[in-house]
Amino acid sequence: MKKSLFNKDIIFWGLFVVVFGSVPFLKQSDYHLMLANSILIWGMFAVAFNMLFGVTGMLSFGQALYYGLGAYSVGLVVKNYGPSLFLPAIGLGVVLAVITSILVGLLVIRLSGVYFTVLTLAFGQLAWQITFRWYHFTGGDDGIQGIMPSGVLENHTVYYYFTFVLVILAIWFLRRVANSPMGLVLRCIRQNPERVRFLGRRVRRNQLRIYVISSFFAALAGGLMTGVTNSIHPDMFYWTTSGEVILMAVLGGIGQFFGPFIGATVIIIIQDVVGARTEYWSLIIGLIMMVMVLGMPRGLVGEIRGLKARFAPGRMSRG
Amino acid sequence: MEPILELQNVTKSFGGLRVTSDVSLSVAQGSISAIIGPNGAGKTTIFNQITGYLKPDSGKIFFCGQDITELNTRDIVTLGMARAFQVTSFFPEETVLDNVRVACLSQKNKTRNLLKGVDDFKDATDQAHKILSSIGLEKEADRPAFELAHGDQKLLDIGIALALQPKLLLLDEPTSGMSPDERLLTRNLVKKLWKEFNLTLIFIEHDMDTVFGIAQTVRVLQMGRLLAEGSPEEIRNNPEVITAYLGEEVL
Repeated sequence: MKKSLFNKDIIFWGLFVVVFGSVPFLKQSDYHLMLANSILIWGMFAVAFNMLFGVTGMLSFGQALYYGLGAYSVGLVVKNYGPSLFLPAIGLGVVLAVITSILVGLLVIRLSGVYFTVLTLAFGQLAWQITFRWYHFTGGDDGIQGIMPSGVLENHTVYYYFTFVLVILAIWFLRRVANSPMGLVLRCIRQNPERVRFLGRRVRRNQLRIYVISSFFAALAGGLMTGVTNSIHPDMFYWTTSGEVILMAVLGGIGQFFGPFIGATVIIIIQDVVGARTEYWSLIIGLIMMVMVLGMPRGLVGEIRGLKARFAPGRMSRG
Repeated sequence: MEPILELQNVTKSFGGLRVTSDVSLSVAQGSISAIIGPNGAGKTTIFNQITGYLKPDSGKIFFCGQDITELNTRDIVTLGMARAFQVTSFFPEETVLDNVRVACLSQKNKTRNLLKGVDDFKDATDQAHKILSSIGLEKEADRPAFELAHGDQKLLDIGIALALQPKLLLLDEPTSGMSPDERLLTRNLVKKLWKEFNLTLIFIEHDMDTVFGIAQTVRVLQMGRLLAEGSPEEIRNNPEVITAYLGEEVL
């Protein structure tokens, strides 16, 4: 058991490092670098989101709140105080996200199931409205353009490797959490919260912890993304952003730790390939999601592993 | 000796229905006792109040001399009380080992750790294996719990409770849904665990062979009231209990 888990991780990490590490050498244009960078950042966002959804069973429809918070922290600081504060601004974003997620979390975690989901959505939409209306501070609908990191990070390849390393650290950390006693308790909370109380554990306290951790990485993703797109806009707070990260997780497989990263990769590539040919790319995403939910409910990674288990010798005797 | 658990005039109503009516009882440390009674007598409701899952409307509950009436489940469990459920309650997707191990980790207060792997906690893992051998599920350690047969799931539920190293263990119908053979095995197992882990044990049960086979004291509930309390012999011959619950044919 232990060994096979180890092997699966090695496969992911090996592929991950080889594929994403070699993009700057293989790219035909800076556009490819930007695409790979987006995949890295969204992949991290999706894996962190899935710690909340797939692992703990909390479907937040409001992670855009923290993604936007991370992005706007960087955008506003760079616009008002200059690009030299790009990195501290990313730090500011995650700190704000931690504080906000504790406050919002204390309110929303009192509710469970669909009520939790709706309330997270409401908070996200509230943040979007504020950003949208507060024109002279946030730039309103126009957002802010021309956000650049300073120094060596100005170089696209350097920035790419910078995010590459951060994403590795983030996913490695989240993997540790998933395998830790706390990760086990979180999975147990999803399956049987009542019994967790009878183990002498506080369910809501643990839910709040993972909500804060997940939001931390959502804000980190938002902050890092500003260095890729060089702009921010209120849509980063919009529910479609929350929806997109959910789609990625579901597509890749919420029961698999690395599934959401694969989901992010597939969705971003589809958006890119289909988006170049037709403006109706969201229709294609919708169709794919329908097929996935109806035909492959365990997600890409989950179904592939299911197939492997089915044909693997030795497993049959287990029945 | 001071009783480990004491209920004083505990009363609880759901709407107009009195589910627990002025129940007072005292459970001796290290004893094994049964609660019996017809369906709807309020047996599980008593367990729910003892474990803080429901609050009594009036009355007091003491555990190890401490008033626990107003405490929540989590705090009561931390004081050394554990429970297995009538409808088996466990973590279906986790392995059998992890079901028990999460309880071991919780008991050792290690569940806040988020950077060490579960496997790194050798003592919790060893202890979980020990409990699995005690309840006879060692062979199933690596299987997901949902794959177990019903009887084994009941045992796993007990194993999870045992892993908390409780002073007082409450079992809600440990043999329900089992075949006669399984019931016999479980009866012997419960008695063995009681001795092996130095427990005070209270169980709710409908299977009279189990009740009269292993309980030192039997308490009979009827419509929320404590109808009788005594040794198995006394209860078996109590005319009130016979008309209310046991019926003539049992004897």
